[in-house]
Amino acid sequence: MEGYSYIIWILILPLLTFLVTGLGSRKISPTLAGIIGTTSMGICALLSIYTAGSYFGYYSNGVYPSLKVFDLPWLSFTENLSIHLGMVLDPISVMMLVVVTLVSFMVHLYSIGYLHGESRGGVYFSYLSLFSFSMLGLVVSTNLFQMYIFWELVGVSSFLLIGYYFTKPSAVAASKKAFIVTRFADFGFLVGILIMGYVGGSFEFDAIISRLTNPESPEFLTATGAGFLGISLLTWSLVLIFMGGAGKSAMFPLHIWLPDAMEGPTPVSALIHAATMVVAGVFLVARLFPVFFQVPVALDLVAWVGALSALFAAIIACTQTDIKRILAYSTMSQIGYMMFGLGVSGMGEAGLGYMGSMFHLFTHAMFKALLFLGAGAVIHYVHSNEVSDMGALRKKMPVTGLLFLLACLSISGIPPFSGFFSKEEILTAALMKNPVVYGIGLFTAGLTAFYMFRLYYLIFWHNKPYHDKPSPLPRKKEAPLTMMVPMILLGFATLVSGFFPFNNFVTSDGKPLEITFHADLSAIAIGVSLTGIALASVFYLRPGPWPDKIATALGGFFTTVYRKFYIDEIYTLVAKKFIIGTVSPVANWFDRNVVDGLMNFTGTVMGVFSDSIKVWQSGKIHGYLLWFFAGSMIVLILMFIL
Amino acid sequence: MISVPVTHILFVSFALFFIGAYGFFTRRNMITMLMAVELMLNAVNINFIAFNRYLYPGQLEGLFFSIFIITIAAAEAAVAIAIIINIYRRFKTIDSDDIDSLKF
Amino acid sequence: MNLTLLVLVPVITLAGILLVKNKGGARTVALIGSVVQLGFSLLLLFMYGTERKSGNSTDFLFETKQVWFEQWNIHYHTGVDGISVAMILLTSFVVLAGVLVSWNVEKLSREFFFLLVFLGTGAYGFFISLDLFTMFFFFELAVIPKYLLIAIWGSGRKEYSAMKLALMLMGGSSLVLAGIFGLYYYTGVYGNGSTFNLIEIAEAGIPLEIQSFLFPLMFIGFAVLSAMFPFHTWAPDGHSSAPTAASMFLAGISMKLGGYGCLRLAANLFPEAAAEYSFYIILLSITGIVYGAVVTLFQKDIKLMNAYSSVSHCGFVLLGIGMMTKTAATGAVLQMISHGVMTALFFAVIGMVYERTHTRIGSQMGGLLKVMPFIGTLFFIAGLTSLGLPGFSGFVAEMTVFVGSFQVPGLFYKAATVLACASIVVTAVYILRAAGVTLMGPLKEEHATLTDAAWNEKAAGAVLVFCIVVMGSAPWWLSDLIQASIPGSFEPLIILPH
Repeated sequence: MEGYSYIIWILILPLLTFLVTGLGSRKISPTLAGIIGTTSMGICALLSIYTAGSYFGYYSNGVYPSLKVFDLPWLSFTENLSIHLGMVLDPISVMMLVVVTLVSFMVHLYSIGYLHGESRGGVYFSYLSLFSFSMLGLVVSTNLFQMYIFWELVGVSSFLLIGYYFTKPSAVAASKKAFIVTRFADFGFLVGILIMGYVGGSFEFDAIISRLTNPESPEFLTATGAGFLGISLLTWSLVLIFMGGAGKSAMFPLHIWLPDAMEGPTPVSALIHAATMVVAGVFLVARLFPVFFQVPVALDLVAWVGALSALFAAIIACTQTDIKRILAYSTMSQIGYMMFGLGVSGMGEAGLGYMGSMFHLFTHAMFKALLFLGAGAVIHYVHSNEVSDMGALRKKMPVTGLLFLLACLSISGIPPFSGFFSKEEILTAALMKNPVVYGIGLFTAGLTAFYMFRLYYLIFWHNKPYHDKPSPLPRKKEAPLTMMVPMILLGFATLVSGFFPFNNFVTSDGKPLEITFHADLSAIAIGVSLTGIALASVFYLRPGPWPDKIATALGGFFTTVYRKFYIDEIYTLVAKKFIIGTVSPVANWFDRNVVDGLMNFTGTVMGVFSDSIKVWQSGKIHGYLLWFFAGSMIVLILMFIL
Repeated sequence: MISVPVTHILFVSFALFFIGAYGFFTRRNMITMLMAVELMLNAVNINFIAFNRYLYPGQLEGLFFSIFIITIAAAEAAVAIAIIINIYRRFKTIDSDDIDSLKF
Repeated sequence: MNLTLLVLVPVITLAGILLVKNKGGARTVALIGSVVQLGFSLLLLFMYGTERKSGNSTDFLFETKQVWFEQWNIHYHTGVDGISVAMILLTSFVVLAGVLVSWNVEKLSREFFFLLVFLGTGAYGFFISLDLFTMFFFFELAVIPKYLLIAIWGSGRKEYSAMKLALMLMGGSSLVLAGIFGLYYYTGVYGNGSTFNLIEIAEAGIPLEIQSFLFPLMFIGFAVLSAMFPFHTWAPDGHSSAPTAASMFLAGISMKLGGYGCLRLAANLFPEAAAEYSFYIILLSITGIVYGAVVTLFQKDIKLMNAYSSVSHCGFVLLGIGMMTKTAATGAVLQMISHGVMTALFFAVIGMVYERTHTRIGSQMGGLLKVMPFIGTLFFIAGLTSLGLPGFSGFVAEMTVFVGSFQVPGLFYKAATVLACASIVVTAVYILRAAGVTLMGPLKEEHATLTDAAWNEKAAGAVLVFCIVVMGSAPWWLSDLIQASIPGSFEPLIILPH
């Protein structure tokens, strides 16, 4: 274990960078801040890759163990409940280290070009470093509470970065929405943690897993025995923890923040809202997977929520016109795949879904980051997010167009690109466990291909008279080098990562998993995807009347989908109209008039009472004398009588 | 020598005290009220002296007390007259019924 | 270490403020006094730690005892445990920040600094006292200056607010006093003679039926100060009228006197009664937490918002005490400290913003982060601490309360904990709304020329942020310091029946 103690630098470097660039944000230039951030993240990426190499290399012949490299007590509550801050190395955390540092490095590099000329660039890079630090801390957590800590920290970095353009009201609203919705989900997570600590007697992952997966252990018996509303505490705990994960991963119905989060700078969307933070929910479920596996109800919930979110988001994505929102819905849809991949998985030999889900997480991070960075380059050029302002850009930006196409093929599941392999495994796992979910997944795959190619065509083909815009687009064609290099690197990763023998490394029990290739299933999936692409080509390769006609034909359904099934409106109704608009004014009125009124009433009663006796204080000395005399006499008489 | 019985003296002081009290209750003029208070104090003095003389002839506490009271009465008169003068300056009267500002 | 030093330094500072004639002198004396006091507080922490390490395990360290009034067995009796050390540290940080923030008070500035330090003196005396009579004496010292601070230097309906605050707090004090005399009498009956000595009272073994009528007096009396529902209404009025430093002291120190009293006097001296009444304490505190948070949502005035959020946050203190477990009580003390620092920072920032924009209504501001990045950052830090972000102190305190409370078997306790957890969502809503309307969004034209923080404001902010970050990122020492001093009557957690 001592051999790995250097990995502490993977956490320290981003933290230091955050402090340096944050405190000195007004002293150092944005470019310098960018260079510092990029360098430190580059070192972290190298360290992570080296760690991955040595970890997977050293244990290549047996079971991958879970190594607690650091485990320091941070805050102890009781003898056995405490928060430890530590770093654990196991297959999924090592994989996540690589994903996070790599994408973060690319995004840092890209941001130098993207934010060129921004005066608050230093602040931006410090937030990025804060995010990287938090995300890395999250993935190496040894302890549920440590995860919660970093979970909140990634939430706040996301809030800060979405609200980076803080003078724009829509960005402010989006950042608040993102924070509050995930905070609401985190409430569930927190209660889940509390229940887990109560029944499991520990917050440590290894202790929880070893106790709660052993049906004979006393913890397991209490956890499944005691219940509330007829549901065992263990189920409650897992469902609530999953609620936290669903909020962070934008699963239905807690997804509403993700499309709005696209108000942030595009590189941020690539890093946080596509590749890393939003998969934290998947990571959380994967981390506790052995426990989830003990509770089929919870696992089924994960599967269904994932599948429905995948379908739901894909349907909405077909109707949207904002390039980043389409990508956001596709992210939600792909995370849905990862979720139901976990939900249909078994342990050990049957852990294909788990493995596929992690694999998809890995490949998705690469191609989705590429899609966002490509979109960023386009937006940087066109200065608009609306696809109606784009079109025929393949001539202006050939390299970007090619890379975008590559990523689209990958997400659509066309071999030999990476998305095909991972999605294939998830779908196979789904078919073995739950054919309905498989059906949903397959249909969603078709939709995915359709809307991604719709997007691709609308941006890069679809000759539209965009020249008619009052301000003609600048001559500058491709994005600057700092933006192109990360995109090309990610494109390369998208090409090759599918051939990575993931099944040998990241599995549910740490042992390599044998996978068999099902040619028939692959053929079906590819066929569905190709159908989607073909449809998109018919409709969107060139401007035509078909899309509008179909939209009109669908009528109310189209509007409903276009308005995202009115989920936002429902939330607004509950949150704004009901709680903020009704409950809180009533409570305020109650406080000012009833509670405070009661206090003032006490005062008033005292006043009335003293008013009624104050006339005795007439100011006339002879009156007082008389009272005095009378009083003395009464006392005297009483003395004689008694 | 002891020819006057104590009851005679007590009767005098009793009469003096209630004359003072009557004056204090009935008179509205502050100077008169002050004089009435002096009468009451002197009634007390007489009592002190008498009891000292008739009950504990060997001791002097009663005499001491009456001397104290005389001193206090003098001081009190000074203070009271000062107050009355000030009241007169402020209200142009020393009738106690007209001076009732010190109330609620 | 002689604890009397902790009272002596402020007293000398007071004398110094009286001696110097001009404004500049008064504030310099006040600043020097509070820095020296902070130094002594840190020294106390250090010496306390050394003493404990060397194996001294008596309940209270550095005890000194002098006869004050022989017949009634009143002593000037001082001593500290971990809780008081922590509270003294809190007080000295808040006093320092308060003095710095008020650096440019124009009106009657000598008197202003005098009262600030005077309030601090009362608080220090209260925290070091082990004799109920001296404790009460200092307690009253700390209550009275607030009336003057609000009535003279306040704004808005200041006389009304000052009077209301003074009356309600005095009402609380009178209940406490009745409780203290009750204790004095009954220690005569059941113990070894009437006494005000805290340690002796704790050992006197007062029977439950006596406890159960003395406990509510004591607890409610102190809880009024800690803004327990429904005795919280002085807080919004008082805070919204008070000058900045007075708000800081009020929320940062005074409300903590209440919490400390509830723990040290009420719950510690009447453990059985506290257990009897814990249902009601929890009910009231959870009402305060949730209801306070919901009312806060409505507030448009950011100072009122923070005042109401104090009601909600102080509910956690009472909840932690009411749960009667070691962990929850530790959390309660942590929450007192965290909330003290956080809310002092928040009020300081609101004061700074108000001085510049001359408004406290959120919607009349906007985009202020652009013109005042430093103050804006402080606002964010205070807000994020308030909503319990990890890395800042609020998280540590709240989580300790939650974990401690959730371990108490029984559905009622768990439901209360879950409700308390739910309130942090509401907290996030109102904090972000406030930050959104004041700091973010488009900048108003008339605010385009505003300046950022001056040196004294930066220093005050830095002092408090330092506390928040140290406590939030390295909480173990503070938590251990406090946990070791939680009285034994607080049951160590009942572990599941395995």
